[in-house]
Amino acid sequence: MKIVVLVKQVPDSGAERNLRADDNSVDRASANNVINEMDEYAIEEALRLQEAHGGEVTVLTMGPDRATESIRKALSMGPDGAVHVLDDALPGTDYLGTSRVLAAAIGTLSPDLVICGAEATDARGQVMAHMLAERLGFAALTGARKLTVEGAQLTVERQTEEGYEVVTAATPAVVSVWDTINEPRYPSFKGIMAAKKKPVDTKSLADLGVSADQVGWGGSATTVLSHSKRPARSAGVKVTDSGEGGVALVDYLSSEKFV
Amino acid sequence: MTDFGLSEEHRELRDTVRRFAQDKVAPVIGELYEKHEFPYDLVRQMGAMGLFGLPFPATVPGADGDLEIGGMDGDYLALCLVLEELARVDSSLSITLEAAISLGAMPIYKYGTDEQKRRWLPRLLRGEALAGFGLTEPGAGSDAGGTRTTARLSEDGTEWIINGTKSFITNSGTTMTCLVTVTALTGPDEISSIIVPSGTPGFTVAPGYSKVGWCASDTHELTFVDCRVPVDNLLGKRGRGFAQFLHILDEGRIAIAALATGLAQGCVDESLKYATQREAFGHTIGSYQAIQFMIADMETRAHTARLAWRDAAQRLVAGEPFKRQAAIAKLHASTVAVDNARAGTQIHGGYGFMNEFPVSRMWRDSKILEIGEGTSEVQRMIIARDLGLA
Repeated sequence: MKIVVLVKQVPDSGAERNLRADDNSVDRASANNVINEMDEYAIEEALRLQEAHGGEVTVLTMGPDRATESIRKALSMGPDGAVHVLDDALPGTDYLGTSRVLAAAIGTLSPDLVICGAEATDARGQVMAHMLAERLGFAALTGARKLTVEGAQLTVERQTEEGYEVVTAATPAVVSVWDTINEPRYPSFKGIMAAKKKPVDTKSLADLGVSADQVGWGGSATTVLSHSKRPARSAGVKVTDSGEGGVALVDYLSSEKFV
Repeated sequence: MTDFGLSEEHRELRDTVRRFAQDKVAPVIGELYEKHEFPYDLVRQMGAMGLFGLPFPATVPGADGDLEIGGMDGDYLALCLVLEELARVDSSLSITLEAAISLGAMPIYKYGTDEQKRRWLPRLLRGEALAGFGLTEPGAGSDAGGTRTTARLSEDGTEWIINGTKSFITNSGTTMTCLVTVTALTGPDEISSIIVPSGTPGFTVAPGYSKVGWCASDTHELTFVDCRVPVDNLLGKRGRGFAQFLHILDEGRIAIAALATGLAQGCVDESLKYATQREAFGHTIGSYQAIQFMIADMETRAHTARLAWRDAAQRLVAGEPFKRQAAIAKLHASTVAVDNARAGTQIHGGYGFMNEFPVSRMWRDSKILEIGEGTSEVQRMIIARDLGLA
């Protein structure tokens, strides 16, 4: 089975993150950039499938030069190689443009399965898997908390707010995963050493047959016009107990889906 | 940023283990420590990360071609970095790994026959099994010449018959323990090392000690009563048991220094966290110079301890003499660990005396560092002798 895993470098969600004042884009220069957390679960799932069914796992990243660090980190967990889409025209590309570029890159790899995190912690759009499936003509199995493969048949438990749905499809498919699906491994020292020597294929837009006017600030269908800081935390809900306090509490917890 | 000449891979390993310690060890270790439970699950995860095979090669030359022992092809510097990062959060796991490698696998790797290496090393290096080293006895610690345990050959010459008691033996009583190497008198003034597999009749493991610190690590007294093992279980040369062990101890000192540095740094981490949260007289206590100076001194001590063990480790890796530097690193880092634990506990006030605060665990774990693998006094003897004082 040939698997492509999407890996995105994002600002560390554990530290303070900002948008830039000039173009409203994510401020990557001042941040500690790491692998998007959910992508580690995608890598782990791909490696487990490879261990069970054989095949090849390729990491695919679109990002600036320094995304190389995240690619090496991803490779140290065990994938066989990586493709890095790197082009000066890419900054500013929105979801649609990104999906165009990634779909073109995936097309050159002809995988049976594309696995990605259900969302990235920087923009949290949760749309990339659907867009890619649409562009590639693959099945879209999104928000998985469990994935089983039997031959060319994929079965996914799709996590919802109330529980889960069982969804099946045949390969090729795009599967996006939540952090409930597995426990990602830590790289071993051997993996860290081996990652240095694994092939990373750098591709430009021209290599992928995507023209520069379809990406970047100019080629994007959406524009962020302004941004503001998150408002200060509000005071919350106070329940005064006049005999119905318990019910009110449970109603609140239920409305927030805690119970 | 230069970092004592660490390679990118060394830094990557250190950062990976730092993440493991924070995400996996920190949330559970307090409870295991309180219950004196060995952290099997964490040890297994460390095995999967290849930590138990770090300073060993993947293969070693044997008489009939290369033997696959399954090491990670790392070096001693890599191991020490890992020990420091683990001890920054918890010393029990760090000493478990240190002893498993330095005292468990290393003697077999260095002095074992092809058959001994083939039989034991792959499981030890994968972290699936643990080995202990029985040197210390109730009446013989720093002065290993006081060894009373004996091993005599059976009349037909096919077996060693071992009698004696060994004290404070790390990793000797877990369900993963597969063997203990014991030093024993095999003649007048002749000490040899012999491998005793777990479960050998006559070999008894006493219940775990009640220890002040390192409470999630495994330590037992061992007794041998007419315990018979095959004559081939001799490890290394007959009569060289003591010399072999001294060499192993030199390396182990650097490892303990790295562990002590981790504990010292962990005290800084915990104190910084606490000083920026706890308020007194209307301000966080970290805004008072008395606390600031204490933390500045703690950081200074941790930093110099790190410089000392890195220097010794880099000499070792480069194949240069390191005996004096290892003793200096061990002496200094263990002193620093005790000093930082005392200061960190003081900064925490009453909470520093509560077991649920990591800094109190570090305080309890610090004292043994001035005692184990050569007391501070022994380190001073080594340094003085190396300076030509006799």
